[in-house]
Amino acid sequence: MTEPINPWFIIGGVLAGLLTVAPGLIWFERRLLALWQDRYGPNRAGPFGVLVVLADTIKLFFKEDWIPPFADKAVFVIAPAIVAITVLMSFVIVPFAPGVIVVDLNIGILFFLAMSSMGAYSIILGGWASNNKYALLGAMRGAAQLISYEVFMGLSLMGVVLLSGSFSLQDIVNSQKGMWYVVPQFIGFVTFLIAGIAETHRLPFDIPEAESELIAGFHSEYSSMKFGLFFVGEYLGITLISALVVCLFFGGWLGPDFLPPLVWFILKTFVFIGLFILLRASMPRPRYDQLMEFGWKIILPITLLNLVVTAVILLVQSGAVMNIKF
Amino acid sequence: MEITFYISAAVAILSTMMVITRFNIIHALLYLVVSFLSLATVFFIIGAPFAAALEIIIYAGAIVVLIIFVIMMLNLKGDAIDQEREWLTPQVWVGPAILSFILFAELVYVLGSGNAGASGLPNQLVDSRAVGKSLYGPYILGVELSGMLLMAGIVGAYHLGRQKKKVIHRFLEQKQE
Repeated sequence: MTEPINPWFIIGGVLAGLLTVAPGLIWFERRLLALWQDRYGPNRAGPFGVLVVLADTIKLFFKEDWIPPFADKAVFVIAPAIVAITVLMSFVIVPFAPGVIVVDLNIGILFFLAMSSMGAYSIILGGWASNNKYALLGAMRGAAQLISYEVFMGLSLMGVVLLSGSFSLQDIVNSQKGMWYVVPQFIGFVTFLIAGIAETHRLPFDIPEAESELIAGFHSEYSSMKFGLFFVGEYLGITLISALVVCLFFGGWLGPDFLPPLVWFILKTFVFIGLFILLRASMPRPRYDQLMEFGWKIILPITLLNLVVTAVILLVQSGAVMNIKF
Repeated sequence: MEITFYISAAVAILSTMMVITRFNIIHALLYLVVSFLSLATVFFIIGAPFAAALEIIIYAGAIVVLIIFVIMMLNLKGDAIDQEREWLTPQVWVGPAILSFILFAELVYVLGSGNAGASGLPNQLVDSRAVGKSLYGPYILGVELSGMLLMAGIVGAYHLGRQKKKVIHRFLEQKQE
């Protein structure tokens, strides 16, 4: 281990990296979707069409930043900020490489869960403050979806916590040196991924937006950079869930020595970002009640069973069963 | 670190006062969230990060979201704000103010007379392992009782929300009549 890096460099690096990656992902997604749909996608501006991101950003900045006269102004302005802030705060606990972590909290995962539950407010408040029936419908769907899937998200992580004996992501990554947790916790991985897609309200779970029925749902009244913040928040959310999946189930920065740890981490993260985009390209959107039933009737029992079975196996392995007196 | 404690405590008191005095109920709930967040910060500072995280996840993240969810469905706009304004008259303040003043006087007396609060912030950290051990050790009865209470709540909610099985298709519905 080398001497610790100045935390301000880490904070600056993480912020700069994320805020470049999030708009870059928009281009990445459009190109990948185009590839899977057998067309070109944006390929005119700059090499491979990368500069289309710049054009999009400039367009967003110069659009009229309109607040509807019937909206609740203060809440309307706060809502898009909440999503960006909470997602960026969650990155505080993600270890990008050994020692490259903003702060190694001993409640790591819980902090992420807390921040993701605060992120639900941006949808609810944005939809409510817009004072528009479509936005309100989107917000209500979003609130119900986020609240339910938060439950499974927390439960699906507990198997990993049990195996590693710590909430801190750095400890979790370090304890995966022998075997990645995706093998013993495969069910946990699948349920966490599903809950993560629902938390970032990406397709196929983008029911709060559902542009074909709710004309973009909770953010239909937003324009300019306020909409841009929702947009960037969504892509930051994808990056966050991918990074967490990598840390929790795929060994984080661990990998063969020919590449530095940070590169391994970024490579693995981009694999999962690609998976998110592939899901968008291939899955139909479920109906709203199907989504809720799927959550409460299938995922909840599976995660609970996974947790109990993991706990029992650990108990048997530790030999504590022999000592129980009835 | 003591200054951070006083700042977050002041924010907690201020935001709680705003909760009471706002006429718009969603604004009041937003201040309630701020109040929970500052309480969580206080927990964090006095060395209970686990309690802080749970405070945010459960209270700020789940319970208030559910309350807002219900209020969004009720669609309380202008009329409700006027009604709140009528309800929050100076007379309403008298009773609670007297009672709180008694409590406040008692608190000042306790703080001034004894050793309570003399040592400043504690240094020991209560981590999640310690919380789990005490929950499933000396407090196991409380955990089981609250589990039974929650189970009763779930069963009750299921009973209230249960619907008779309906024939979904409209043609079949007409035939049955």
